[in-house]
Amino acid sequence: MAYPKDFKYTKSHEFIKVSGKQGTVGLTSYAQDALGDIVFVELPPIGKEFKQNDVFAVVESVKAVSDCYCPAAGKVVKVNEKLAEDPALINRDPHGEGWIMVIELTNPKDLDNLMDVVAYEDYEAKAEHHH
Amino acid sequence: MDNLRKTPNYDMHFKYGGKVVDFGGWALSVQFSGILEEHKQVREKVGLFDVSHMGEATVVGEQALAFLQKLVSRDLTPMEEGQVFYTHMLYPNGGTVDDLMVTKWGPTDYFLVINASNAAKDVAWMQKLAQEFPKVKVTDLSADTAELALQGPLAPATMQKLTKVDLSKLGYYHAVRKVEVAGIPNCIISRTGYTGEDGFEVFCDPANANKLWEAIMEAGKEFGIKPIGLGARDTLRFEASMPLYGQELDQNTSPLEAGLGRFVSVDKPTPFIGQEALKKQVAEGLPKKLVGFEMVDRGIPRHNYPVAKNGKEIGYVTTGSFAPTLNKNIGNAFVPVAEAKIGNEFDVIVRGKPLKARIVKTPFYKRKK
Repeated sequence: MAYPKDFKYTKSHEFIKVSGKQGTVGLTSYAQDALGDIVFVELPPIGKEFKQNDVFAVVESVKAVSDCYCPAAGKVVKVNEKLAEDPALINRDPHGEGWIMVIELTNPKDLDNLMDVVAYEDYEAKAEHHH
Repeated sequence: MDNLRKTPNYDMHFKYGGKVVDFGGWALSVQFSGILEEHKQVREKVGLFDVSHMGEATVVGEQALAFLQKLVSRDLTPMEEGQVFYTHMLYPNGGTVDDLMVTKWGPTDYFLVINASNAAKDVAWMQKLAQEFPKVKVTDLSADTAELALQGPLAPATMQKLTKVDLSKLGYYHAVRKVEVAGIPNCIISRTGYTGEDGFEVFCDPANANKLWEAIMEAGKEFGIKPIGLGARDTLRFEASMPLYGQELDQNTSPLEAGLGRFVSVDKPTPFIGQEALKKQVAEGLPKKLVGFEMVDRGIPRHNYPVAKNGKEIGYVTTGSFAPTLNKNIGNAFVPVAEAKIGNEFDVIVRGKPLKARIVKTPFYKRKK
């Protein structure tokens, strides 16, 4: 799979795309593929604050319920309302239209703990092999 | 995968792109192309399932019927040769050992299909009862039998290309044995399945299972046939309100509580194991009852989520899912009998939050005939 070069990645298969003080957060293509058809997304409320690794959303496929972990501390400034009507956007375009939320970063240093694309592709390949 | 049991079609799962998982100790595909797509495929066209993990047994001998009459809760005396009955084996307390399919080949010759997860327990249960019947022989054929299921409205057209048996004369819940399918001798064709659609279950020697798989895929090519995984198998059976052992049925649940009374002969003239307990449930009222519900609030109910009314826990979800054909979130739940009325509302506790649900009529889905 091809992953955007300018994103940062978590071991639990979330991404964050940072632009200034804000970060767009979603699930990686690996995560959506492992989950299968996504049929429900429980979005966080605007204004809610999360620490790094807090559960910020729940994504449900036909068979499974999965927690999504926040890549970096932040305050929710925007959520992808389209997912309420069309949760499969995450399957179709995980790194684009299927984003989940935008946060205002409250501790940008958290980003240093994340993987860059090279590290993530290597990590993903190992997970795929193990799977 | 090395520590898992493999069905005779193990290689087919990889050849056809299945996502193979550990399913109760068996290596089986949860999906091939995707659960939603596979579900739709079976409702609208035809799909092929590997169900070789299911258990099979034969009950043969002069006392075969007497033995089975004591073993299961449904009266088998009206069975015709070649007919298939869905029924239950019960514990003395009325709880369920397993649900099963019984096929009658002749007055002294029956064929049983039991759940994979219960096969060892079921065979031990039957062997124990068989000690009271010296003229009956129970044989576990699970390891010597492959089973494939072909389900969907185009299953008859697909199947007819592979056999000389006139399938227009093989009624629903009827079976034939010792027939040739795709040139494979000594097969059983049973017009049964667990999806709510028309279709067949075919049994053959495990050595021929891959040949049968490929022949069915080839015959169904013109109808767009696809292999179907366990994910869609569960959503299909659930929409059709067919119970799953471990969810709607278990050792603490009688088939009456699970809403399966039409398959139970409580007043069977010859006694069966669990009969007294069922009679008591009828006389005194059922302790709990299975209902179907749909979510009013947004959220998906799941297995074992609590059900509450006015903040008090009153029951639990047995199966819950997004229902692909209905495009709704639905579930089954056990609730007290007083609450089990169509239109009654209760809360399903989803991750700590009470979400409103309403009891609806089941089956959720019924095919048009």
